[in-house]
Amino acid sequence: MPENDFFRVEGLTKRFGGLTALDKLTFSVEKGMLFSIIGPNGAGKSTLFNCINSLYRPDEGKVWFRGKEITGLNPHRIAAAGIGRTFQNIELFANMTTMENLMLGRHLHMKTGLFGAAMMFHRRSRAAREEMVHRERVERIIDLLELQASRDKFVSQLPYGTRKVVELGRALAAEPELLLLDEPAAGLNNEEKEDLIFWIQDIRREFGITILMIEHNMQLVQDVSDRILAINFGKMITEGEPDEVVNHPEVMKAYLGG
Amino acid sequence: MFPNSLIQKFTFIPAFVTTQNLQPHGLRSLRCIETSDFFCIYNLQCRLAGHIMSEMGFAFMSAEMKRSYYEDIQPLKGWPARVWFVVLVAVLVAVPFVIKSYYVYVLSLMAVNVIVALGMNLLVGNTGHISLGHAGFVAIGAYTTVLLISGAGVVFPVALVAGGLIAAAFGFILGIPALRLEGPYLAIATLGFGIAVTIIIGRVELFGGHMGLIVPKPEIAGIDFSGDRALYYLVMGIAMLMGFAMRNILKSRLGRAFHSVRDSDIAAATLGVNVARYKTLSFAISAFYAGVAGGLWAFVLGFINPGLFSFVLSILFLATVVVGGLGTILGSVLGAVVITFLNLQAESIQHVPVIGEVLIWISQNFMTVSGLPNVSWIFTGLILILIVIFEPLGLYGIWIRIKIYWRTWPF
Ligand SMILES: Nc1ncnc2c1ncn2[C@@H]1O[C@H](COP(=O)(O)OP(=O)(O)O)[C@@H](O)[C@H]1O
Ligand SMILES: [Mg+2]
Repeated sequence: MPENDFFRVEGLTKRFGGLTALDKLTFSVEKGMLFSIIGPNGAGKSTLFNCINSLYRPDEGKVWFRGKEITGLNPHRIAAAGIGRTFQNIELFANMTTMENLMLGRHLHMKTGLFGAAMMFHRRSRAAREEMVHRERVERIIDLLELQASRDKFVSQLPYGTRKVVELGRALAAEPELLLLDEPAAGLNNEEKEDLIFWIQDIRREFGITILMIEHNMQLVQDVSDRILAINFGKMITEGEPDEVVNHPEVMKAYLGG
Repeated sequence: MFPNSLIQKFTFIPAFVTTQNLQPHGLRSLRCIETSDFFCIYNLQCRLAGHIMSEMGFAFMSAEMKRSYYEDIQPLKGWPARVWFVVLVAVLVAVPFVIKSYYVYVLSLMAVNVIVALGMNLLVGNTGHISLGHAGFVAIGAYTTVLLISGAGVVFPVALVAGGLIAAAFGFILGIPALRLEGPYLAIATLGFGIAVTIIIGRVELFGGHMGLIVPKPEIAGIDFSGDRALYYLVMGIAMLMGFAMRNILKSRLGRAFHSVRDSDIAAATLGVNVARYKTLSFAISAFYAGVAGGLWAFVLGFINPGLFSFVLSILFLATVVVGGLGTILGSVLGAVVITFLNLQAESIQHVPVIGEVLIWISQNFMTVSGLPNVSWIFTGLILILIVIFEPLGLYGIWIRIKIYWRTWPF
């Protein structure tokens, strides 16, 4: 029964014209897991995330989250249900500072409305108090991810690696129950990658978030994942424990470009 | 008379288009009305501001310091700001006693345009939409306010707010197609709205047709505000209040949501921002500001007719925020002050020796369609072009440079 799973994708299919980017994909993720998705370029991994988020509308299939079907809900409703994400090509708010970007992560947890906001004249006004509470939360994430030096800079001024971290921080600030990470290590140098692995493990421990991660870096995937799903041409190749999946003949073939 | 003056003013539009095209990022002919181009400028603005700041060490100064979280959102942070604010208020209070009554009227007009610009900037600068129909909202606000007072006997403050709210309702409705339309298409849709409003108003008997309406006296609790000075205080006070309210909105959760929609609506949605809601809300707030400004404008002028709310006025509103500085409150204020001033005073350039003669010659030989001289529009266009060429951040950028210059003086 899908209702019993924490997160479940069932028969998900997405076509772009003649191309089938996702082909009846089915899998489920248990709470607290770090579940990785691997597959060569163009396998349909990002498309899967976009369907989960409702940025794309799947042609067939269903997505279940905590016992409820969330297929086709508006993206902001899916966020409200507790699913957060980062993007492969970094989608930050370029003309805002790091702080403001992270504060947007708090959007769902804040309540200030139009009138309250307009009346934010005093330290003790409701809007100002709420603002301060959430800044405090964001400040903790800034400390955790060592972003202090970037705190008040526009993200368009930050180096690539730092932007990736800011995006991770923004997703974390939203305190999702399920976090989708689309190639978090892509384009990072070795030192940054090590930090990232450390943080991902930290995040799981501290926040107890379930993570669904797309990653190319086999070493990273093998080190941190509880389970791995390998896909190619939108279809599942195999799913299982890291060692099994990585040594699966078809996975090796797909990765060696065979 | 209306079409004539319209044709005359049309010369201003090529000037404005040229302004956009001369942008370092904007060599894209007539696409000046596309929002993305504004954001090329905006991007540049932010980067430049950030650059200047960090070069001067400002960004780093605060970077590593722990501080009170309230500081970032506090209005009038620090005592110099407070002192300057008190000085400003004192000057604004005292000034009508020292200047001629005509200039009190000019200041009132400026304050009215500041209110429109604040709303316009929220839409264009902060949310990343475009409107070429804001004159329509101003008209709706003006007519609603005037008719409610003279026709239905509603008291002035209520009528003014009602004017704003009705305009906001129209803004909300116009915001719905804006969810699907972008760039030039949205520009055309809003343009059509603005023009339709003027035409409809001109045809309805109740609205006084083309002749317009005489505006009654503004009265609050039995006090007559119709004198130049009294009206000035009223308008200036409301402008100040609405300025602070806008500042607060922009610093709050809502302001960030508007920005997020502008910068990346995909990311905004995945963080739980209801993109459609914020887009329409931005239109509604923007229209509310325009509506209230319209109500006040009616009282400053003493009469209203459809010709006042022409399409050129909408263009001027857009020019105001671009020239002033997109996405900043100070930009709205500076833009409105300068454009209002140019709009009223640019004609006097004709009387300057040489320059005036050259401009008249250019006007008569190249720029006029109707045969009437349009020196003031050529001059206004020229100034706006120069400002945007030399300072892509607009007047706000000039202000930042001056401020940094003084902070670092004498080094
Ligand atoms: N919006 C789109 N329109 C058309 N084709 C798309 C779109 N998004 C993805 N695709 C195609 O779907 C396939 C899977 O893409 P993607 O999910 O991005 O792969 P990856 O596994 O590398 O993340 C690719 O062939 C890609 O070209
Ligand atoms: Mg991808």
